[in-house]
Parts: sequence; C-alpha cells; structure tokens
Amino acid sequence: MRSRIGSATARVAVLGLVLVGLWALWEGYRKLWEETGWTRPFPVNATTMPHLHDIVGALFDPIREGEPLLARYMLDAALFTAKEAAVGFAIGATIGFLLGALIARFGVLQRGVMPYVVASQTIPILALAPIVVVGLGNVSIVGWTPKDWMRVAVIAAYLTFFPVTVNTVRGLRSADPAAVELMESYAAREWSVFWKLRVPAAMPYLFSAFKVAATASVVGAVIGELPSSIQDGLGGWIINFNQYYALDPENLWAVNLVAALLGISFFLVVVLVEKLVVHRAPEQLV
Amino acid sequence: MTVAEAVVTARGITKTFGKGGVTALQDIDLEVGSGEFISLIGPSGCGKSTLLRVIGDLVEPTAGEILVNGKTAHRARLDRDYGIVFQAAVLYDWRTVVKNIALPLELLGWSRAKRAERVSEMVKLVELEGFEKHYPWQLSGGMQQRVSIARALSFSPALLLMDEPFGALDEMTRERLNAELLRIWAETRSTVIFVTHSISEAVYLSTRVVVMSPRPGRITSVIPIDLPQPRMFETREDPRFFELVTEVREALHAGGGDE
Amino acid sequence: MSTIVQPTAPRSERGTTQTLRKWGPALIVFAMGLAAWQWLLPALGVERYLLPPLWDVLQAFWDARSELLRAGWITFKEAVGGFVLGCSVAFVLALVLARWRPLGNALMPYMIAANAVPIVAFAPITNAWFGTLSPWSKIVIAAVLCFFPVLVNTLRGLTSVRPESLELMTSYAAPQRVVFARVRIPNSLPFVFSALKIASVLAMIGAVVGDYFGGSTEALGVQIVSSVSVAQYETAWAAILVASLLGIGFYATVALAERLVLSWHPSIRAGVE
Repeated sequence: MRSRIGSATARVAVLGLVLVGLWALWEGYRKLWEETGWTRPFPVNATTMPHLHDIVGALFDPIREGEPLLARYMLDAALFTAKEAAVGFAIGATIGFLLGALIARFGVLQRGVMPYVVASQTIPILALAPIVVVGLGNVSIVGWTPKDWMRVAVIAAYLTFFPVTVNTVRGLRSADPAAVELMESYAAREWSVFWKLRVPAAMPYLFSAFKVAATASVVGAVIGELPSSIQDGLGGWIINFNQYYALDPENLWAVNLVAALLGISFFLVVVLVEKLVVHRAPEQLV
Repeated sequence: MTVAEAVVTARGITKTFGKGGVTALQDIDLEVGSGEFISLIGPSGCGKSTLLRVIGDLVEPTAGEILVNGKTAHRARLDRDYGIVFQAAVLYDWRTVVKNIALPLELLGWSRAKRAERVSEMVKLVELEGFEKHYPWQLSGGMQQRVSIARALSFSPALLLMDEPFGALDEMTRERLNAELLRIWAETRSTVIFVTHSISEAVYLSTRVVVMSPRPGRITSVIPIDLPQPRMFETREDPRFFELVTEVREALHAGGGDE
Repeated sequence: MSTIVQPTAPRSERGTTQTLRKWGPALIVFAMGLAAWQWLLPALGVERYLLPPLWDVLQAFWDARSELLRAGWITFKEAVGGFVLGCSVAFVLALVLARWRPLGNALMPYMIAANAVPIVAFAPITNAWFGTLSPWSKIVIAAVLCFFPVLVNTLRGLTSVRPESLELMTSYAAPQRVVFARVRIPNSLPFVFSALKIASVLAMIGAVVGDYFGGSTEALGVQIVSSVSVAQYETAWAAILVASLLGIGFYATVALAERLVLSWHPSIRAGVE
C-alpha cells in the first residue's frame, strides 16, 4: 500500500515538473528571443507568442463586455465537437469490428478486400472533409438531410473505421493455435471460440487501434467543421479567432489549448477503459 | 591448489536482492582449478545462475570476495578473461553467422584479416562449415547454440561460463552437443563453469559437480567425477556413471532439492 | 484411352495459377469498384456533390493538369520537408532519452499523450508565424505530426532489447556508445521504419490540410477548398486524386527503403507486409 501511494505522489510530482518545465521553456525562449531580437525562425512578440498567463487568462475573460466568459463558450464548443467525435468513433469502431470479424473469418474477403483497406490508409481522408461535409448537406435521403454535426461525425467514423478493421483482423487471428486446438478438443462451437478466445486475444490490438482512432476522431471533427457554416464547434471558433488574430492572439491560442485538452481527454478515456477491461502484464522496457 | 593455479576463488559470497528481500546466495566458498569442468546443479531458485553472474561480474555480491584469474572479477571482466553462453543463443538477427562470431573480435579491435582467420577456425571447431552466410532464424536451435559457443570462444578466454546452454534443446541434440562441448574443451584447454538442472548432463560433462540447495543458495556438496576421459557415448552406459548419478541425486535430495 | 500419365504442370504455369489466386480477388474488386464509380453511383442518384462519375473527374484532372501537378509538387515538397525535419529531431531526442533512462521513462507517457493533440488546429498559428503564403508554416505542421509517432516508436525500439543481450555486452566490457551502435540501434530499425511509414502519410495529410486554413493558391489544399467553394467538385476530386497518389508514392518509397535496409528481417523474407 505504501508503494502505491508513493508512486502516485511521484507521478503527480513528475506532472508538476513537466508543466513547470514547459512553462520555463516557453517563457525562457520568449525572453531570450526578445532580448536578442533574433527573427529566426520567426519574430517573437506578444502576437506570435503571447505569454502563457495571458493565454490562460483569456479563457477567463468575458468575450465581450457583459457577456459570459470565453471558457463557457469553449466548453460548449468542446462538447459539441466531442459529440461529433464520439458518435463518429462509436459508429466507425462498430463497423470496423464487424468488417474485421468477417474478414478474419472468410479468407476470400481477406484477399479481395484487405489490400484496399490497407491502401486506403494512405488516402488523405482529412482532405475529403470539406467535400463530404458540404456534399452531405445537399443530399436528402427520403426527405431527410443529415444535421450539421452528423455530417462531421461521418468524417470521424471514416477515420476510426480503418485502424479498427486492420487491428481487428490482426487481433482475432493472433489467438495461439494451441489454444484454439484446446477449444476444439472441448467440441466448442465456433461462436464460443470467437467470444471466449479470439475476442479476448484481440483486445490489446483493438485498444491500440482505439487510441489511434480516438485521436483521429477529434482531429477529424475539428477539420470537418472548418469549411461549412458550422459555428458551434471548436473548428468554427478557430476560424473566427483566426480572422481576429492580430487583435487578440491569445484567443486563438486558448482555443488550441482547449482542442489539445479535448484530444488528450479522449485518449485518456480509452487508456482508462483499457486498464479496466484488459488485464495484461505491463510492458517491460529494459 | 594454490591461489595462483585457481582460475576462480570465491570466499563467503553472499547475495541478497532488494531491501530485506531474497537471499539468493549464502556464504559460498568455491575454488575452480585451471582446466576443470565444473557443473553447478540445483533446483530452481538455488542461485546457480546468480553465482555464475557473480563470477562474471554481471552481478555484485552483497558480501564476500571473488578472484578470477588472480584478479578481481571486475578487472577480469574488463580484461575480457571469460566468454559467456546463455540459454537463449542471443544472436543478433541482423548479422550472419560469421558476423555474429566476429562480434567480440570487432569490439577488441582485431584487424579484418585476423578476424576472418579466427572466425573460420571457430566455424570449423563447432562444425558449421557451409552455414557461414546464414542468418540466425535460418538455423535450428542446436546450431544457434553452436554459433553462440563459437562466439564465446573466439577470443580464446581462459574461462567459459555457461548458463543452461542446452536447456531449450531436445535430448538427442543435447547429448550430441554435450559430446561436442567436451571435444572443444579438450582442444582449447579452457576452464568451464556450467550451470544445469540435468543430473545426467552434469555427471557426463564434469570433472566435479557442485550441488546447491534451494533458497538461500548454499553448496551442499562437491562430488568429484572419476569417470575416464575422454568421455564417449558409451560412458553413459557405464555402471560407474549410474552410481555417480545416484550420488548426485541423493545429494540434491539431502540438500532439500526435492521440492 | 491413353495410358500416358500426364506430367505435372511446368513450374511457370503453377506460379501463374498461384499469382492469380493471390491477386485475382483484389483485381476483381478493383474492377468492380471502378465500374460502380462510373455507372452504379450515378444510377443510384448519388449526386455529383458527393462523388462525380469517374470519367468527369479524370477529365477535370486533364483540363487542370498543369496547375494540379504544380500544386501537387509544391505540397509534396512541404510534406517531405516536414517529414525530414520532424523525423530527424525525433531520432536525436529518442537517442538522448534512451541513453538517460530515468528521463525517458518519466517523459514517455507525456509523449504518448501529446500524440493525441490535434496538431493541425495549430495551422493558423504557424501561418501567423511564417506568413500564410510561406511553405514553412505547412512544413512545421507536417514536422510536428511526424515527430511524436517517430519519437515514441524509436524509443520503444531502442529500449526493447533482451536483458541477456545487454549482459553479453557487459561481459565484453563494451562502453555505452558501442552498446547503442551495435545493439540498440539495429534492434530499433523495424520499429523506426514502421513509424516512418505512418509519418509519411501524416506528413502528406499535414501539408494538404494545413492549407485549409489558408495558403498559397499553388498548393493542393487550397485548390481543393476553392474548388469546393465554387461547386467544381470534379476538380476537387481530381486534386484529391493527386494528393492520394503522391501519398501512396511517398509511403511506397519508405516501404521500399524498409525492404532494402531490413533485408535480414524474417518478416521481410517471408513476404509478409
């Protein structure tokens, strides 16, 4: 028990050190560049590199006189973007898992479909974002047009789908052949072998894909918001503050800070779920 | 034997791991003379691998002193007085057989010509002619271990430390490699300290068998093996062989090695 | 009825059958995909907003080919620049962190977490630093995108060495730089190349998407966004086609380099991708 508490304090201490270190690097770089007047790689002033405390302070300023704090709007925007990312992630992960399971089961699908699943990872999906989001806005399926956030969720789903499919196939196939033979010796039905052996064996691979996909979903959601008239998410605010950057540089930095925290939180959620679901020996690094 | 003749002199070696933790070795006294073949045998956890690593200065003893080749173990390691072979061959996947054998020679700064000459000698010694350009994953387990042995002997160390080198191999391969190892030992006239948990292997190979007890590791007894040299396949069928195997087995049980 | 036993098929014929079996299904799917793109989708009423017929896209590419290819080249250079910058800094830092383990261990979780930050959202800021039209603003984005995956994977590769391998080196009294050169670095190469492949894709994406926040008209990303804004979807798709081909080319180059450098690795020998 004593060692658990000890390591928890150690971790908090390291976190504190890292944050202080980053702050010191930032302000130190600023100071040095301002003193010497160097302009490479870029000139340092209050516009290009606002003080860290100004950035954080901007969050707690009202956006205009008598209006709520920026942080309030940021929180709403973050939740909006998070919704798009989460819904997209869920859909993409489900479809990816199902397709992966089918491919793992039927070898023919493997030869026919997998090359494209792999090759498609090299297509800049994010580049498709504007087209998809705008295009879907003009589509009507039996009279229903997808709402703006749903269209962005499609981007997130697309980005999630591929890593999950590839890793599902790898993971389901990774079951130890000896373990499979053991199941067969119990005359277990294929369904049981699937759920009791292959899926648990696939878990590490799945979660590795989920970590990548969680990040990609957030990025996809932010980028997807850019070209359209979607104002409610973080992407919209980035465009907004980009226009007024010369006046209020801290705001754009603040939005980026929030976006970064959103990405990290999604990632941490996956890590947390993994810790609860998967019981494996920790990586041994020498 | 005098300290000058002894290759390894260990007095009172003790090793504990962690604070107030595991005592792997307790008060080990051992002398190994030049040209001997010593086996360390005992149940899992008796510290035989730890003792081997103490001799090789890969682990520092908590107490006691150890001399290798008349110097401190640390000095002996820096002077590269020994070669070591592990249970896993630990070959480098990105190097061919000859390049793997040449590794220590490269580190010692030998010239390319000298390296090539010594490596081909070693390849002949372990009978791997024809496999020089192969990669480790193309070789069987037994062949990989032969490469590992060739590498360990490439710079002609006086002492060879071996940690269950044949443990991962099947019995037939193991018996064959046992015979080869004895041939190599005779040709190079090195001293060998050999860790094993196979009683028959220990008796077949050694001039003396050191029996150790489970944790905390102590030396229960040292049994001289008076079988004639050179040992042949027939030696395993000699009645004296069975007597010695029984003697070792009883020493193991007496030391509590039947857990 | 002849009693002559038919000989087994000559070697070349058997090889051909095997190749057909291996690639046949993929080729069929490819042909089906092309056919669907050209005929099935319009028939289903998929509007040209979403995916114009293949022929229209190819025609749009042909019409605008000089602009698109020039834009592609510029964007590709930005991607490669970012790739080289990000990967080299990542290598150096990985070597440092592997050498001083406590630092590496402490920082590893943060680097993994930092990988989760949407770096592309920083494009407006790099635009402010270097100017919207400067290639440096995209190069920096691409570099940062490459940096963390390469750093994390290289560090993993440098540190996942078997204990006995290190003991062997200790028995040779080898100094640290020798241990790195002979053991850790070669051991890390498979990890490094796997990360480089990912980084090549990320760099391309970073260069293209970075332009979505504004950039020189001579860049692919700007071409895409401006085509969309005037509803010239065929041109937009043509630009995306160019971006994809460049991305695949970049990835393939790295994969080729991997095959050459890692020719000793069992997975390359066995023909597994």
